[in-house]
Amino acid sequence: MSETDRIQRYEPSDRVNHWLVAITFVLLALSGLALFHPSMFFLTNLFGGGPWTRILHPFIGLVMFFAFLTFALRFWRYNVIDEKDEQWLKQWQDIVNKREDKVPEVGRYNAGQKVLFWVMVACLALLLLTGIVMWRPYFAPAFNITVIRIAVVLHAISAFVLILGIIVHIYAAIWVKGSVRAMTRGYVTRNWARKHHSAWYKEVTSGK
Amino acid sequence: MALQSLDIERRSATTTQPPDQRQALKLAKLIDISKCIGCKACQSACMEWNDLRDTVGVNTGTYDNPRDLTENSWTVMKFFEVEPEGKLEWLIRKDGCMHCADPGCLKACPAPGAIVQYSNGIVDFHEENCIGCGYCVAGCPFNVPRISKKDSKAYKCTLCSDRVAVGLEPACIKTCPTGALVFGSKEDMIDHASERIADLKERGYQKAGLYDPPGVGGTHVMYVLQHADQPELYGLPKEPKISPLVSFWKGAAKPVALIALGLAALGTFFHYLKVGPNEVEEDEKKEGK
Repeated sequence: MSETDRIQRYEPSDRVNHWLVAITFVLLALSGLALFHPSMFFLTNLFGGGPWTRILHPFIGLVMFFAFLTFALRFWRYNVIDEKDEQWLKQWQDIVNKREDKVPEVGRYNAGQKVLFWVMVACLALLLLTGIVMWRPYFAPAFNITVIRIAVVLHAISAFVLILGIIVHIYAAIWVKGSVRAMTRGYVTRNWARKHHSAWYKEVTSGK
Repeated sequence: MALQSLDIERRSATTTQPPDQRQALKLAKLIDISKCIGCKACQSACMEWNDLRDTVGVNTGTYDNPRDLTENSWTVMKFFEVEPEGKLEWLIRKDGCMHCADPGCLKACPAPGAIVQYSNGIVDFHEENCIGCGYCVAGCPFNVPRISKKDSKAYKCTLCSDRVAVGLEPACIKTCPTGALVFGSKEDMIDHASERIADLKERGYQKAGLYDPPGVGGTHVMYVLQHADQPELYGLPKEPKISPLVSFWKGAAKPVALIALGLAALGTFFHYLKVGPNEVEEDEKKEGK
């Protein structure tokens, strides 16, 4: 592949930011699931046992929240949902069956990516707030027991939705060949851009 | 208590039956509030047997000392000045773990073996397995477990499981000078309570009754109340049960969420097998389109 065939999609700082979110997510999902279901408790061994898992989880959570906040502030403007996105979502069956030519032109992000973005924004906000309410020994003693009970349930629900979203996100990256490279090396090929994000392709290549 | 017991009915965060071959008699402590004089001998005996010393607190204008249960005070006398039928009554209740038949703490606990329920009904914390998350606090309908500020482990009344295991009665029972505290089989305690209730009714307490709340499957610490229709007078919840939020969180949500996540991962894999990777085709490599 020649240099001219490459289109820059993510700057090095974008990539570092993304992978900081990704690594903390994996650590949080593993330590969170460990305390969610007994069959997953063995995962506490990865963190140095039960008490260490309980101690580390919220601190890693703070790192993820602020890493994601930085990421969201960089990318929210590309994720505003418009009418074209509604059409894209309606044609989800064409998408999963690789009939992308039948859906409207996609800009920098498709509607699926945009929805995931806002789902993550909502989940991270909820996880932070409810996580603080449950956080022992520092904050939980200050809250009313009913508030704590609501918080633990919401924490579990939002974590479930987030993990489900990330399963789809990871799969989409594996399924759409050439996507992982965008987030590891930073560039995509012209053909990739033309096929998956044609409106964005036209935008970045206009005048060149 | 030892982890090798053969009479464990329930064990926290454990989805299979723990060793439960040996069946013990269901036991109960009965607290007859009408006989209690508030001497706090039970509180002292609890401190002494369990070798715990609470820090000296502050006077809050009542006889309650300490004001509430702590990680070092597993039982506390609570004093209530009330006027249920227009006349002043001084009600004194020995607060502590109720040893629920359906324990919310155990249901909520994520650490295997940190909370066990023996077949005799005692709910016991094994602090060496406790991770300090405080879920037991959220699970308890009676606001009993306390997380230690020193070691971040949960503590509460053990019903002297160590004494009971060797055939002794709990320390509080042994020391009670008025017979307000009695201990024995749950059946015997219910019989004894009914005699006491009949006596109280004869003395004019028409609403006297037993506090053995069915919402938590009954408890292994029961009260004889002069006003059983108004347990709130004694600072007791009227119809305690595990919060529906906790039941959902530690009930259906656990398996359903895990299966859903597993199916989602499996679904993506099968999708890949069915439609194959989404690649940039050769014929699209022409410039323009």
